[in-house]
Amino acid sequence: MRYLLLIYSEEPASPPSPEVMDAVMAEWVAFDSAIRGSGTYVSGEALQPTQTATTVRLKGEERIVTDGPFAETREVLGGYYTIDVPDLDTALDWAAKCPGAKYGSMEVRPVMVFDPPPQ
Amino acid sequence: MSERGRAAGTVEAVFREEWGRLLATLVGWLHDLDLAEEVAADAIATAVERWPVDGVPDHPAAWLLTTARRRAVDRLRRRQTYAAKLAILKVEAERAGTGGPAAPEPFGDDRLRLFFTCCHPALTAEARVALTLRYLAGLSTTEVARAFLVPETTMAQRLTRAKRKIREARIPYRVPGPAELPARLPAVLRVIYVVFTEAYAASRGPTLTRPELAEEAIRLGRILHQLLPDDREATGLLALMLLVDARRAARTDPAGNLVLLADQDRSRWDRSSIQEGVRLVERALPGGRPGPYALQAAIAALHDEADSLAATDWPQIVSLYDLLQAVAPSPVVALNRAVAVGMASGPAAGLVLLDELAADPALARYHLYHAARAGLLERLGQRDQAAAAYRRALALVGNEPERALLTRQLAAVVAAPPGRTR
Repeated sequence: MRYLLLIYSEEPASPPSPEVMDAVMAEWVAFDSAIRGSGTYVSGEALQPTQTATTVRLKGEERIVTDGPFAETREVLGGYYTIDVPDLDTALDWAAKCPGAKYGSMEVRPVMVFDPPPQ
Repeated sequence: MSERGRAAGTVEAVFREEWGRLLATLVGWLHDLDLAEEVAADAIATAVERWPVDGVPDHPAAWLLTTARRRAVDRLRRRQTYAAKLAILKVEAERAGTGGPAAPEPFGDDRLRLFFTCCHPALTAEARVALTLRYLAGLSTTEVARAFLVPETTMAQRLTRAKRKIREARIPYRVPGPAELPARLPAVLRVIYVVFTEAYAASRGPTLTRPELAEEAIRLGRILHQLLPDDREATGLLALMLLVDARRAARTDPAGNLVLLADQDRSRWDRSSIQEGVRLVERALPGGRPGPYALQAAIAALHDEADSLAATDWPQIVSLYDLLQAVAPSPVVALNRAVAVGMASGPAAGLVLLDELAADPALARYHLYHAARAGLLERLGQRDQAAAAYRRALALVGNEPERALLTRQLAAVVAAPPGRTR
């Protein structure tokens, strides 16, 4: 079954020092290669900061485009992994190993499965 | 009793006894809690209809399982979905392997798996309690709702939402491996203990104890202890519940008034529960640092074994609270320790500790903190301060029997002649 591991964290007000940055990056690289090599990895992306986000809505025919993310929350979506594992416990194990769990929080959501139409 | 009535009574007894085991087996086989519940209920309904006519079968539990399995296959056939077809194939393959559904083979015990699913940390604490009472204790949704004083529709929704989460998020149906078990078991123990404490001190309303709920908690504790006989905390939890519940009959007077430990008629304590509890404590304590349930059970055992409040081994109780404070620190443990010190070393020593705890916001709002302070002040002869502390406790208490007791205690301290100490 597929699960989306959504990586949430607070965006830092100022950039961390290069030493801190290097240490954190090394953790992410280690996790990324572990999950890619595990046979459970489906896909994953890291996202640019929310200052680069644009929100689009349709009000009737009118397209409303605004700067920034839809919801103003403390923790923002910073990236995700999609994995294919047997059950929630296995998905939670991967989420707990991800550096995102340490520096913010991980939301684990099952991907919806649709029955194929009856033949 | 009519033949029909007797058969219905048998069904009721089998149902209570076998429901959790039957359901756990069906879930293991169908991987679908809703379907398992439906077909288990169907099998029970069929038994109610057939047993008075055909007689009670030799193996009632196996009969129920066989009937439930047939119903499951019927229902899966009607669903006509791809997933259902796969399930039928799987079911038929397994049936071929076990020699067909008619064989009344004794079935194993999958209840431990069901415990871990119902008490999974991905479910809310409220949902865990509701699922465990519904699926392991076999209470009806109405009974579960009544136990937690919520409307039945609320409880039904809570159960439906929890089952949906189990199904859609695929919360596994398995016992955690040895590496995970220490982290996962406390949630299961916690659920059983919540049922027990809810029975024991209803936080609001007119009654203090609800014996049937305490009995359900003890029954669940017994099942878990039977499934994990070597787990010291599962043993400790069962011991704790038995040792506390042993005092139930003496805890209220015939008029329903609450009686404090100091004033209880100890001859009314249930000796067989105490003996069983003490035997279990002796198994839960040795073998490394004891856990919080084993320690609380050991404290309860010291109370139960004492002939009077004065004859209680208070120094030993204080040392057990020290250990408890180290493994599971909490403001309430600190409060109970201070009270024990007040008994072991005198009220002044207890009061010093209680006053040190005054800054804790949780205790400041806790009526028993002020009641304990009042008791120590009273013993020191400081009646005005004792009365003030009882008044503060009265402003915070939630249930009627405790309110009535505090009112009596306040009246006694106000009316007592100067210099009276207890």
